[in-house]
Amino acid sequence: MNLIEVASILGAAFAVAIGAIGPALGQGRSIAAAMDAIARQPEAANVVSRTLFVGLAMIETCAIYCLVIALLLLFANPFRG
Amino acid sequence: MQSPLETHPAFHLGPLPLSAPVLVTWGLMLALAGGSWLLTRRLALRPGRAQAALELVVETIDQQIRETMRVPAEPYLALIGTFFLFVLTANWSSLVPGIEPPTASIETDAALALIVFVAVIVHGVRVRGWRGYLRNFLYPNILMAPLNILETLTRSFALMVRLFGNVMSGVFVIGIVLSLVGFLVPVPLMALELLTGAVQAYIFSVLAMVFIGGAVEGEPGEARERNDR
Repeated sequence: MNLIEVASILGAAFAVAIGAIGPALGQGRSIAAAMDAIARQPEAANVVSRTLFVGLAMIETCAIYCLVIALLLLFANPFRG
Repeated sequence: MQSPLETHPAFHLGPLPLSAPVLVTWGLMLALAGGSWLLTRRLALRPGRAQAALELVVETIDQQIRETMRVPAEPYLALIGTFFLFVLTANWSSLVPGIEPPTASIETDAALALIVFVAVIVHGVRVRGWRGYLRNFLYPNILMAPLNILETLTRSFALMVRLFGNVMSGVFVIGIVLSLVGFLVPVPLMALELLTGAVQAYIFSVLAMVFIGGAVEGEPGEARERNDR
């Protein structure tokens, strides 16, 4: 196993590991805020949860990008030659 | 391990290579179109059981469109409803043994995202005209035009990558767990995958609604005036 492969595997692992931290924190915050909003105004639960779902999808995209980068590193690495 | 980013042809139909996702997609299209044809063949004023279920689905999608886009749902119902039902059945097609969801290959998602991209332009131009649609890019001022154009492209890309990443990662994880322990252990993961599939179908159609709604409604001030009236 040469250096480039080792570096790509490490890079892929770190990409997903570090890339998951930010979206996890963001999702936690947004869910907490949505819970708060629903507790204050239960009649707005429909609108709040729909917006929450869309927002979660948007935040999640960051983590998915990291996943795609990791997959590119592992399976379609341009530097492997 | 096989790369999830590339698709291999399953067999050749003359000079045309066909891959498994394409075949599954054709099967789903056939099932959805045939099912709709069978269910709507004999519509009655007093609905039977199947027609009542169908009406429930259509009504729910209709209501979601009206609540999200705040315009009459009629011009968008067929497109958005097809998105939702197709992505849902595609994600859940992994329930049938031996079938991988076609949304787990990036080409299917690219096609879906491309349809959304074109639909946004078509509906925006249809409702507001070329001038009105292009004026969307100049909001809030002309300096933002490059960013707005960039956003239109990246959000379509994000739509594709989101669906692909979610469904493919589920398939991948289940495959890895299956190769480690084959018995009963992957079942909770598969249940989670069903939930993810339903949520992704919902999110895909809601985002399509939001994008089309943004192109149709124009500047925020305009929309507020229209809603007040």
